This record gives sequence, structure tokens and C-alpha cells, in this order.
Amino acid sequence: MKQTYETIIGLEVHVELATKTKIFCSCSTAFGGRPNTHTCPVCTGMPGTLPVLNRQVVEYALAVGLASNCSIHQMCRFDRKNYFYPDNPQNYQISQLYLPICHDGYVEIETEHGPKKIRIHEIHMEEDAGKLIHDEWEDCSLVDYNRSGVPLLEIVSEPDMRSADEVIAYLEKLRKMIQYLGASDCKLQEGSMRADVNLSLRRAGSKEFGTRTEMKNLNSFKAIRRAIENEQERQAELLDAGKPVEQETRRWDDNKEFSRAMRSKEDAKDYRYFPDPDLPPVLIPDEWIQRVRNSLPEFQEEKAQRYIREYQLSAYDAGLLTESRKIAALFEETAALSEKPKKAANWLIGETLRLLREKNMDPEQLDFSPEHLAALIRLAEDGSVNNQVAKKVFEKIFEEDIDPVAYVEEHGLKTVSDTGMLEEAARRVIAANADAVEQYHQGKEKILGFLIGQLMRETKGQADPSLAGEILRSLL
Amino acid sequence: MTEKITLETIEDVSILAKLKLDPEEAENARKDMQKMLDYVEKLNELDTDGVEPLTHLFSYGNVFREDIVTNGDASEEMLANAPKAKDGQYQVPKTIE
Amino acid sequence: MIQTETTALALSREIREKKRTVRETVQETLKKIHETDSSIGAFLTLRPEEELLEHADRIQQQIDDGTLNSPLAGVPVAVKDNLCTRGLRTTCASRILEDFLPPYSAGAVERLEEAGALIIGKTNMDEFAMGSTTETSAFQITKNPWNTAHVPGGSSGGSCAAVAAGEVLLALGSDTGGSIRQPSAFCGVTGIKPTYGTVSRYGLIAYASSLDQIGPVAGNVSDCAALLQAIAGHDPRDATSLVRKDLDFTSACVCDVKGMKIGIPKTYFQDGIDPEVKEAVLRAAETFRSLGAFVESFDLPLTEYAIPAYYLIASAEASSNLERFDGVKYGCRASEYEGLHDMYKKTRSEGFGAEVKRRIMLGSFVLSAGYYDAYYLKALRTRALIKQSYDHAFTTYDLLLAPAAPSTAPRIGVSLEDPLKMYLGDIYTVSVNLAGLPAISLPCGFDRGGLPIGMQLIGNAFAEKTLIRAAYTYEQTAQGLKTTPTAEKEAHR
Repeated sequence: MKQTYETIIGLEVHVELATKTKIFCSCSTAFGGRPNTHTCPVCTGMPGTLPVLNRQVVEYALAVGLASNCSIHQMCRFDRKNYFYPDNPQNYQISQLYLPICHDGYVEIETEHGPKKIRIHEIHMEEDAGKLIHDEWEDCSLVDYNRSGVPLLEIVSEPDMRSADEVIAYLEKLRKMIQYLGASDCKLQEGSMRADVNLSLRRAGSKEFGTRTEMKNLNSFKAIRRAIENEQERQAELLDAGKPVEQETRRWDDNKEFSRAMRSKEDAKDYRYFPDPDLPPVLIPDEWIQRVRNSLPEFQEEKAQRYIREYQLSAYDAGLLTESRKIAALFEETAALSEKPKKAANWLIGETLRLLREKNMDPEQLDFSPEHLAALIRLAEDGSVNNQVAKKVFEKIFEEDIDPVAYVEEHGLKTVSDTGMLEEAARRVIAANADAVEQYHQGKEKILGFLIGQLMRETKGQADPSLAGEILRSLL
Repeated sequence: MTEKITLETIEDVSILAKLKLDPEEAENARKDMQKMLDYVEKLNELDTDGVEPLTHLFSYGNVFREDIVTNGDASEEMLANAPKAKDGQYQVPKTIE
Repeated sequence: MIQTETTALALSREIREKKRTVRETVQETLKKIHETDSSIGAFLTLRPEEELLEHADRIQQQIDDGTLNSPLAGVPVAVKDNLCTRGLRTTCASRILEDFLPPYSAGAVERLEEAGALIIGKTNMDEFAMGSTTETSAFQITKNPWNTAHVPGGSSGGSCAAVAAGEVLLALGSDTGGSIRQPSAFCGVTGIKPTYGTVSRYGLIAYASSLDQIGPVAGNVSDCAALLQAIAGHDPRDATSLVRKDLDFTSACVCDVKGMKIGIPKTYFQDGIDPEVKEAVLRAAETFRSLGAFVESFDLPLTEYAIPAYYLIASAEASSNLERFDGVKYGCRASEYEGLHDMYKKTRSEGFGAEVKRRIMLGSFVLSAGYYDAYYLKALRTRALIKQSYDHAFTTYDLLLAPAAPSTAPRIGVSLEDPLKMYLGDIYTVSVNLAGLPAISLPCGFDRGGLPIGMQLIGNAFAEKTLIRAAYTYEQTAQGLKTTPTAEKEAHR
């Protein structure tokens, strides 16, 4: 007989921190160098080398913890997690088990039933592993330690989520928050944000949890959703057939859209955690916590609310503008400089987002100055350039951060409102489009639009469109 | 009471420690470990309730590094000791089935 | 010719006063090693002569142009083979690191070289410093220069034997549970285990990170103090390295123990101690008393718990520290294997010796699920109590006097048969490491067989200067004990 089940999901989210150097050595964390070019004796686990903690890692961990309402262990420690694998040069990972830096927090997500708190069990600091690639030619694996020692935060939630939607909402919330903090760029595809899903089912109404599985290798929101749905189904089938769910780790295969248990005698899960004797405890006095708390930024919701209030923007526009802290900052500065918040919002929501999509770029990569956008807004407002020209100039600002005033001047893009010149051009248009003129005279007024277009083309788009219409009409 | 060490325990531990022991070595390891554990049993005479485990000898205050890149490309030096390397990477038996 | 009676400080002075050159000194040292070491086996690796002479000339140049004037300038030093030396083979006396050429030097080695000393070669030791006789070395047996049928002690047996044999005047060792003090005693030389954190551990291949400390070995207290002064100091690459301002150790070489309070732990003189050792150490106590120190015996509790706590903690840390030796990044890899895990297991089984495997197994077990609390945490709690008992003792005493080992050096080949019995020999030394304290080991007599007896002075944390002052005072008084194996043999002839 088919049962109804409730799905219980907890998440372990790994976030790569945006520090310049690794957590325990002075190697660069830059993405994509040639293999092993960002390595040193420490992050390749050479004998006799020792870890020294990067202060910025603690700063970021505190910021994320405080932003997610966590308590702080004011004396926290690092522990060694022992397991053999070639991506792990010491064959132990330095992590935090017994005294993680942050614990017992929560974030609030929106669900169809209204707001919901997802509790955070703990947040701890740890080091990332290297990268293994399979070499088909020699049937072996190759190790690159460039990522080895990149700082990670692991954010462990309580099993408070009940559906894929809630999981996605929680992840989106974390991502937005961490990006706002500047602590990580949180890109799932590039692996700077990763989520392991712990999932179990229980009979609807039951209080006890069922046996859970852990799903790894989820590289996109889509994969997360599919994996959750797939695992719900798999466990339900087992339970319906009266079979037990094994507590195990499963690896999601995104191409085949199914998961497989990772099981081997040699992978015995006994990590033999113990306090790392090489790293003294981290002490976090009240003043440090207070300083970080005071420097927390205004997060998306508050910011969006303020935009609605201060700038009379729609909730939708405010939401889009605050999607990224970078765009929000550009907006606020441009609004202040131009004193035209609505126009600034339009440029950022319309053209900016369009160009980002078109060029497959990230808001973080935006590199133009609000001064230049504000100057463009002024040029458009006082009629110095028409809309079409403004869009072209904006593209230049977007790409090269040019000064629009100088650029318009240099390229002679100013709106032509010289009546004599326009009349001359209009005559040429009339002469060249006898058919259209004929139709206009027969009462087909709409054809005027075509003629205006021709006149714009004749003037390389610089004509003031309303003036152009006026002149054409009078000549005709 | 001392933990009884069996050959199964020895096998489990040798998997964790990545050591291959032939039957004779395993039996010796079992005896050695049993002997040591019987000996360290002595610690149970001591009442350590409420004693904080000593993990670090002195209180150092915080010891941090600043977040500044000072290491350059040392891949050649790092790889010079590798028993097997290929294309600037460490070569290992394949890790996926 | 370097006189074996000379000191490193005197040798360097001669060099700086242009009475001899660095090149000559190096050549003489090499000659001495070539003559002697075939019968002692102290060295695993010597630096190539050409490289050494080139280095000697560089140092000479610096001395000549006045840019180098440190008290150890130009002196050759032997270094235990668990200290990384850039470009010079560093093996930890293990097969698994047989051909390892570190691309960096240990912090202590860097400091030595900055002080103008020359690393002449690397000395034998127990494999990964696990052992008390230097017999667990994968490569060779080192013999005690006083009697080559006996061990030099361990694990820094090579360093201590090299100094005792007059091959070098200075050597570096490391001490995790007595590995400087016990072989110093067995070889009749002087060695210091500094306060934990005084010498950087960066580049010291870890055995047990919370216990390991590098220290000096020399023929006398002044040289030892000078060598410690050269290597001590904060290193930002070691987070457990301390910032200390009292590192002018040679200034403590003064004759004065008047009013010094010396405690003798009673339990150290009860069971299992060789009567000749007991007698010699108590005679030293008398000497201190006659020099004006206040000496009394007292109860130091918990001494019998030090060895079990030590072996649990050291093995646990070692099991983790030695995981990195896996045939992937450096060192040896088994030649034949099927798949990754087989590669790991074969590499490690072939690469590590029996004693190392024994400790890895014990350590892995005591950290494993279900046993962590009962064994590992219990040991850490015991460690806290042992430290407290020392803290308490130092509210009354300036330093403690103890034997360095319960006996003199055993014969080669008898110790490894019963590992537990060998561990029990560390009774007087391990608790000092558990509490992070400094201690000095120095000769205080000979047994009937002519083997040296060593005593140990233990100080409170950061009290190296008190130790040095007391040891120096004793040494100056008991001049008759300052002898060498060669001189001794001459005398017995």
C-alpha cells in the first residue's frame, strides 16, 4: 500500500571564501592557474611544514555567522579529520568539529505558507581539497593542489526543510547574504558554493526521523532539485516495499540523473577527529564580535524596502536592483549624482541587466563608474542626446567606462536640432521616397513614422525625433 | 576493564592506518596493542573528572597571518620529489571506478 | 688540528681572530669524521665537500669583511636527520623518505646558517624519532663512542654520538620524550630540551607536534647555551612558536647557585633505577649543596602516569602526522600495487619499520570511534594534572634534579625485544615534554663499566637561564668529569 511521507532535509553547504590567500599559507586562491602553480610546502603537505591561520578567514566566518543569527564560540579550535585520499595532501583535513566558530543560528526564508525559519546548527572553518582529474590515456588520476587549502565555510543546517522549493529558497537566501557580505561569490557551477543534501522520509504525522542518506556532487540548483526528487522517490519505493533505507553517501550523476551509493571497505568512515596541536585556539573577544556586527551591510530585504520608501520604486524594481550588492551600490551612487533615481533604476534594470545577460557576465564584473552613468542621464534629460544615441553611449560606458560628455563631443553625437540642417535632410528624404510621400498625401498618416525613420538614418540617428516629425509634417 | 583486542580490531585499524599486515604481523600487532592497552589501563586509577583536557600548553593569544599573497609559482620544486608526475601534476592510481 | 678538548666558542674565536680559517676547520672536521665514523655510524649524510668548502669560503669572506661576527661563526654543526635541510637529503632514518630533498630548511637550520655555522651533515636517529636507542633507524646502527658494543641512546643518538666522538663540537637534536636528554646522558655530552615553543618547529618532521622541541647538543654547557641562543626565537611560520625576550642564554653561564632551591623527586629514586646512577645523581646533589644551593627531596605526584599518558598522546599525534607519507607527493612508492588503496598500504608497509607501525596502529586505535574519550581524552586530562603537579613544585623550587635515565647505555640489540620495557626507560624524561618544560642533561659520573651517567635539571617554563646557570656552576666545579672517550681510553691504558 502506498504511504504518504514527509520529506526531511538538512543541508551542508560549503562556501569558498573570497580571501586572497589560502587558509593556512600565503599561496594565492586565484581560480584557474596552471596545475600546482599556486602551491607551496604547506599546502602540499610537505614534512615539517606547519599551518598558520589567515585572519581574514575568521573575519568572514564571523560576518556570516552574525548575519545568520548565530552564537559565537569565543574560544574555538581546529581539529584534524583523518582520511586518506590523494586530493588531501596531509591525509587529514584541518576542520572544526568540537568547537566550531558559530553555532545555533537561523535564516528566514519565504515559503508558500509564509516566512519560515531554517535553523543553522553550526558554521565551521576548514580547508578545501585539491582537484583530481582522470587521465584516460594512462588510466590513472592526476592531482592538482591549487585548490588545496582554499578556505571554506561549512554551514550545517538543522533538518528543517521539507521540499526542494524550501531547499532552493534557503540556498538563495544564503547565497545572497554571503555575496552581500563579500565573503564569497557563491557560484555553484564553479564550485565556490556546494551543497550536500541529507534527506530522509517519515510517515506523515510521525515524530521520529527515518534513516537519512547524504547526496553529494550537486553543481546547480537544477541538479539539487532533481536529486531531491529522485531521492524522495527512491526512498519511498524502498519504504513502500518494506525495505530499509541504508545510511550512506550517494553521488549524484547529473548526466544520468540518478545517484549511486559510494561504498567501499577502504572508505571506512572513522575520521579520528582530534584537536590540531599545530594551531592554537582562536580567541574572539566581545569587541571583535561587536566590530563585525557593526560593519554588517544592509541586506537585500532592508535595502529593497528602503528603495521603495526613499525612491518610490516598485517592489519589483527594488527587488531587481538589490539582487546584487554591486548593482545596488551603482544605483545608489548614480541616483545621488544624477538626482534622478528613477532614471538610474531604469538604466540599471533595463540596459545593464540586458547587457549582462547578453555578455554572459556577472554583476560583480561590472566596472563602470556611477559618475559616467549620471552624466549620461543628464545628457539624455537635457536633450543633448536622444534615446537611441544614449543607449549606444551606455554600451560604451558599460564596456569601457568612457566619459559620455567627451565621447558625445568627440564623435559628434549631439542631437541635431539645427532646423536648417534638418530641413535640408528632410527634403532629401522626401525626394527619395516619392511613394511614401504619395501615400501620406492620400491620408495614410502612419507612413510619417517611416519617413521620420529615414530622416533619422539620414542624420545618423542624431536628429531630435520630435523636431524631425514637425519639420517633415510642415514640408509635406 | 581493558578493551579486548581481536584480529578484527587489528584489521579495522590497519584499514584506517593504511598498513598491510600479514597474518603473523597482525597477530604481533594484536599482542603489542593488547599489552600497551593493559599497561595504560593504569590511567583509570586516576580521577580526572572535571579536568579540562590539555590540548595546548601555553596560551598564545591569537596567532594569525595577514591575507597577503607572498608565494609564487613553486610547482617545479614541489613536484621534484614526486614519485610519479605527469604534466605538472602528481600521478596516482585512478580514483574512480 | 681541532683539539677535542676545545669548545665551539673557542674555535669560532680562533677563526674570527684569524688564527685559523673556516676552510681548514671544515677540512679537519671532515677528516675526523672520515677517520671515526666508520666505527661510530653517527652520520647518515654528509654535505658534499666541494659545497662545504665553497660555503666555508663565503663565511670566511663575511668574517674578513667584518659583516659576520657571531660567536658560532665558522663552526661546523651536525643536524639530526628529522630537520629539513634545503637540497640536502633528509630521511628521518626511514625508507619512506630515503631520497627526500626538501625544498626548504627548518627554521632552526636557517638561524644556524645566519649565525655563520655550517651544516656539515645529517645524523642518524630512531626512525621518525620513535625509539630510545637509535636502533630503529632503517639505515644503520650508531655505536656509543664510549663503548661501541653499546647504543648511544635515542632518538638523537647520531647527534650525541657525533659530539661524544669529537666528530663535531655542536649538533642539533630533537626531544619528544627525552630524545635529547637520554642520549646525551648515555654519550656523556650536554643537551638541552627547551621550553615548548622556544625553537621553531617549522621544518622539523613531526613525530608528536604537542611534545616535539628542537634543542642543542654539545660538549659543555657554554656551547650548548650558545647554540640554543642561535636557534631560539619566534618564527611566524610556527603558530606554537613563542615570542620571548629572555633568549640571551650565554649570559647565564656564571658560577652561582647560592640560595638556589633544588627539589629532588623522591619517586625518581625508588624502583627500577640502577644503583650506580642513583649514587652519581645524589652525589651531584651533594655538590650543589656544597656550592650553597638548598637541596631537598620531595613528593612529586603522578610520576607513574606520565609514561602511559605520553605514549597515548604521542602515538595518537604520530598516527596523524605520518599519514602524509603515502607515496603521492614525495618519498618512496611501492613498485607494484593494484589500485589506490593497495598503493597506500604497500608503500607504507614497506616504507615504515616495525616500531613506527606499532605506534601508528596504537595511535589510530585510540583516536577511533568509541575509544577517543577513554584513551585519548583521558591521557590529555592526565597531562593537565601532571602539568599542575609541576606548577605546584615550582612554587617551592627553582629547579628539580633527576636522573636522565634509569641506567647507563644498554648493549646493542637488547632493547627492541620488549618495546614496553624500552618505553619504561623514558620514565624521567617524558613528563617534562608533557608539561612543556625546559630541562638540561649533563654528565655526572661513570658506571663501573666506564659508561657515562647523566643527570637532568628540570626548570619551570621559560627558566632555561636558571638551568644553564646551575649546570654551568656544576660543570665548572666537577671539572674531572669533563673528559672524552678518547681521553678516557688513554687513561685506562
